Amino acid sequence: MDLINALVAITNYVIIPATAYGAQLALGALGVTLIYSILRFSNFAHGDTMAFGTGIVILITWGFQAMGISLGPLPTALLALPFGIIVTAALMLGTDKVVYQYYRKVRAAPVVMVMVSVGVMFVMNALTRFLIGVDQINFDDGARFVINARQWREMTGLSEPLTLRSTQVITVVTAIITVAALFWFLGKTRTGKSMRAYSDNEDLALLSGIDPNRVVAVTWIITGALATIAGTLYGLDKSFKAFTYFQLLLPIFASAIVGGIGNPVGAIAGGFVISFSEVGLTYAWKKVVTYLIPNWQPDGLVQLLSTDYKYAVSFTILILVLIFKPTGLFKGKIV
Amino acid sequence: MKRILLASAAIAFAATGAYAADVKMGVLLGFTGPLESLAPAMAQGAELAIKEVSDSGKLLGGDTVTPVRGDSTCVDAAAATAAGETLVTSDKVSGIMGAMCSGATTAVLQNVAMPNGMVMISPSATSPALSTLPDDGLFFRTAPSDARQGEVMADEILEKGIKSVALTYTNNDYGKGLADSFEKAYKAKGGTVTISAAHEDGKGDYSAEVASLASAGGDALVIAGYIDQGGSGILRGALDTGAFEKFVFPDGMVSQTLEDNFGSEVNGSFGQMPASEGEGHDKFLALATAAGFDGTSVYSGEAYDAAALMLLAMEAANSTDPKVYKDKIMDIANGDGEKIYPGELAKGLELIKEGKPINYEGATAVHLIGNGEASGTFREIEFKDGKMETVQYR
Repeated sequence: MDLINALVAITNYVIIPATAYGAQLALGALGVTLIYSILRFSNFAHGDTMAFGTGIVILITWGFQAMGISLGPLPTALLALPFGIIVTAALMLGTDKVVYQYYRKVRAAPVVMVMVSVGVMFVMNALTRFLIGVDQINFDDGARFVINARQWREMTGLSEPLTLRSTQVITVVTAIITVAALFWFLGKTRTGKSMRAYSDNEDLALLSGIDPNRVVAVTWIITGALATIAGTLYGLDKSFKAFTYFQLLLPIFASAIVGGIGNPVGAIAGGFVISFSEVGLTYAWKKVVTYLIPNWQPDGLVQLLSTDYKYAVSFTILILVLIFKPTGLFKGKIV
Repeated sequence: MKRILLASAAIAFAATGAYAADVKMGVLLGFTGPLESLAPAMAQGAELAIKEVSDSGKLLGGDTVTPVRGDSTCVDAAAATAAGETLVTSDKVSGIMGAMCSGATTAVLQNVAMPNGMVMISPSATSPALSTLPDDGLFFRTAPSDARQGEVMADEILEKGIKSVALTYTNNDYGKGLADSFEKAYKAKGGTVTISAAHEDGKGDYSAEVASLASAGGDALVIAGYIDQGGSGILRGALDTGAFEKFVFPDGMVSQTLEDNFGSEVNGSFGQMPASEGEGHDKFLALATAAGFDGTSVYSGEAYDAAALMLLAMEAANSTDPKVYKDKIMDIANGDGEKIYPGELAKGLELIKEGKPINYEGATAVHLIGNGEASGTFREIEFKDGKMETVQYR
């Protein structure tokens, strides 16, 4: 019984939250990695692109709610998601036209592009705040739980609660669908193949007649879609606040780099490595230890790091990887 | 005859000139900054008391009192110091009603009030650090220290038979101060704090924080945070994972938002906030409504009391010199005599003049303890059927 209680505690406080968070990070890291491998710069504006996309989804969700449209037990935001993606993709294309295109034409160094993206980040952040404000917004309607603590206790009679929120399930399912669609697109379609060719060798791709403008445009559209999906899932699962997405930038970059930047599989693996390290290292294992080792009551909390250092975990992993294995877990590329 | 008339007129004029001076009082509040929405009602509260005394014509034989506003901001110590300096050296005030936030108050006290021997009464600085700060007897406050709330909260929890709690606080002066004072009081009275963990405001995700709190365990979770900030995220996370079922909410959490967003989910949870009730409070509310502002706004009554205390002390000391009347403030607040409520300041002045002791109650049942800070009244609330209900005052 104690063993089961220990497993339930780990599942409830580590595995479930870390899986949902990892899926959100993985989607974010995919966007960063795509831009890096095809447009060849680190896009610092990605966090705020997520915020913008989510903001638009929320506005559309409110519109649907006002019209009385809903998805029953599922959050209305899922219905609004495609529209949010369209608006965000349009903004991405507009930004590219106004800002990035020029720097591509003058063949600016990657570090210049990074600074340009920092500028875009500030503008986009302001735009998001201007559109939707700085307050915390909960836009999750529909059923909150698949299993809640009370049902679980009645069902199993265990003392440890286990809860599974519907947003956590939605996050993982949506992430799987999105990733599958992305890999199919990159691997099977003509456009996807041309994107990969462009990424592998730009000059060769141009010589073989691939239209660079088309590749760039498709990349931005996909990035916009990934950012909007990742941002909306994060907002649904936690809550939306215009500033929090900027803070996500560090774990997202850490995920992309740990996995091997420029490598889509690596981005996904990296997302889960980061999320499980963050949650696992800052979890207080006291309860689990008490269940597993009878007759021993630890005085402390058996916690490796205080939760204050959550972000330090991704930062440390980032630095360790850059020092010892700069190409990441899956061989990425360093420009 | 004409000469005598002229002379006596001149003497009379000179006499009024000498006795009926204009006393200036600084109203130093954070009119800009993170608490700017609270400042106007506080200033109006203080100015209400000042006007009442001034209009009565009974202060020191007919002195008038004029308020001078200064902007202490909330987080900018340099700006607060400059504003305090201006009030003292250029406006020549006889006392400062302020400042507002604990940080600004400390800065003004140390950089302006102490070097110049100026009395300060803050209506809203609640940091426990101000209790022990050396102040040359110049600093008072009509708001209770957060240390008091810690004690009240500890009593409340123990009376409900809860012997062990987990504690999380927002990582700033308010949260840390409140958490420390609570932990100390609770442990001294026999309770156990399983964990005391900080949380940062403005994050999206609090699952890691909630996980540590849950692992530490406890019969209730004390959230010394802000409802509009991280406190909400912690509460949501703890409810969703089923980690805790009972919560204790200090003043930063008790609000309409809490009831609107969590209502029925936190049935049986309880908390407290500084609040006053009774005759003085009702009288102040009526006066405030007549003057055209909202007396229920936080610390507005405290501001009225701060200004009134200072003016009554001036009468008792028969001087507007801060170095002289500072010693009378405690006597006025805690005296044995007749109780003085808002709107009765003229009566208070008269009694003092007759040499009778008074006990200034004011809008917030003023009773100063220790180094000159309010003991405070707290409103204890509990959630029943999704509604926040007042249980008692303590």
